Amino acid sequence: MPESGRVGPSSASSAARTIGYRGGMYGTDFGPEGEPAETGPDPEEFLALIAGEGRVEPRDAMPAEYRSTLVRQIAQHAHSEVIGMQPEGNWISRAPSLLRKAILMAKVQDEAGHGLYLYAAAETLGVDRADLVEQLQAGQQRYSSIFTYPTLTWADVGAIGWLVDGAAITNQIPLTRCSYGPYARAMVRICKEESFHQRQGFQILWTLQHGTTAQQQMAQDAVDRFWWPALMMFGPPDAESPHTRQSMAWGIKRVTNDDLRQRFIDMTVPQATQLGVTLPDPQLRWNDERGHFDHGPIDFSELYDVLRTGGQCGTDRIAHHVAAHEEGAWVRAAATAYAAKRAAPASGRGEVA
Amino acid sequence: MSTVGPPAAEPARDWPLWEVFVRARRGLSHVHVGSLHAADSAMALQHARDLYTRRSEGVSLWVVRAADIVAASPDEHDAYFDPAGDKVYRHPTFYDVPEGVEHL
Repeated sequence: MPESGRVGPSSASSAARTIGYRGGMYGTDFGPEGEPAETGPDPEEFLALIAGEGRVEPRDAMPAEYRSTLVRQIAQHAHSEVIGMQPEGNWISRAPSLLRKAILMAKVQDEAGHGLYLYAAAETLGVDRADLVEQLQAGQQRYSSIFTYPTLTWADVGAIGWLVDGAAITNQIPLTRCSYGPYARAMVRICKEESFHQRQGFQILWTLQHGTTAQQQMAQDAVDRFWWPALMMFGPPDAESPHTRQSMAWGIKRVTNDDLRQRFIDMTVPQATQLGVTLPDPQLRWNDERGHFDHGPIDFSELYDVLRTGGQCGTDRIAHHVAAHEEGAWVRAAATAYAAKRAAPASGRGEVA
Repeated sequence: MSTVGPPAAEPARDWPLWEVFVRARRGLSHVHVGSLHAADSAMALQHARDLYTRRSEGVSLWVVRAADIVAASPDEHDAYFDPAGDKVYRHPTFYDVPEGVEHL
């Protein structure tokens, strides 16, 4: 039985529960059913497209590895947006004012939206969102290491907005020029929305810095804890990044990890000065010759530890995600049943209320 | 032995896919912005509003089931669009305008 490729009640066979192209059509591009586009080694058209800075669209022929690299990267990105709701959601009920609470809810809602844009982009590559969520829950796909850190104080919400979203924006802006059309388009939308996130974080810290000594200490403490993890969000150094070279050649990645990290540092150090917080790196100083800030060595063993062990909150994050997903199962089932009932012909007999 | 249990049939793993089109403002046509999953058209519209117009990006929304869209195959694009390629006379730039002739 050929896999129909349509997302619907009957399309989910167990054979389809693997990551890979299924020859179906998903979102943002359409065509008749049939053979999947060629996925052999580097189809000529694909290479010409990449060489000419063209954009690859869902039903174009593409190397299997280009497809799987994108699925891995976009899924990981989507998971990060969704898991990223948790550390901040932790503070919604304790936000210090109604306005702060409304802002934080809007931000967390944005993160959910970003997750959905990205899952939709991944689905154009022939995978199912349900499979991706399953793999996240089974620990087979990752999310950003930054969300394994706990949010201990209100100032952490500020530090996340300023540093974590700041790092995310730095990483995401070049992705708006990614060679894969649906991913690039999702990133345009996301980048537009992220800049409010970063500013609200900066404003939280700014307000604390203009408050009591205890509030200033709280802000400094949050910055101390989030600075190094934020730098590690850009991934391992270029020399140790296994995917960078191929991803750059394919136009998936436009700027290397180390260059993005440097870009973020250069933007952030002056902001820290204006905030009046100290970044926890005694070796940070402007290098006139390079035209960049120099920084101390980054202890990447912490990143590798987090990736290996799940970090301080990793287990909780996944458990929370699974619980929320399971608690919502009856809502999804009810909506499905209601839709089926409404779709059934009105004169149909045997319908049970 | 009549107890109320979960429905016998395993519910679908995900709802059907819908494509979303937004009219940014009056005077413009609807433009495709992305896709989403929803159980039915009412839910698709509601999700589209929440997902794609959180910042007043639109004044009107269309949702269409992805499965209902018919499209030309990209494999045939060359042959399919070829007939337009050699009809340069369809463009005004094909015609030489004699010097001095205006408003043509």
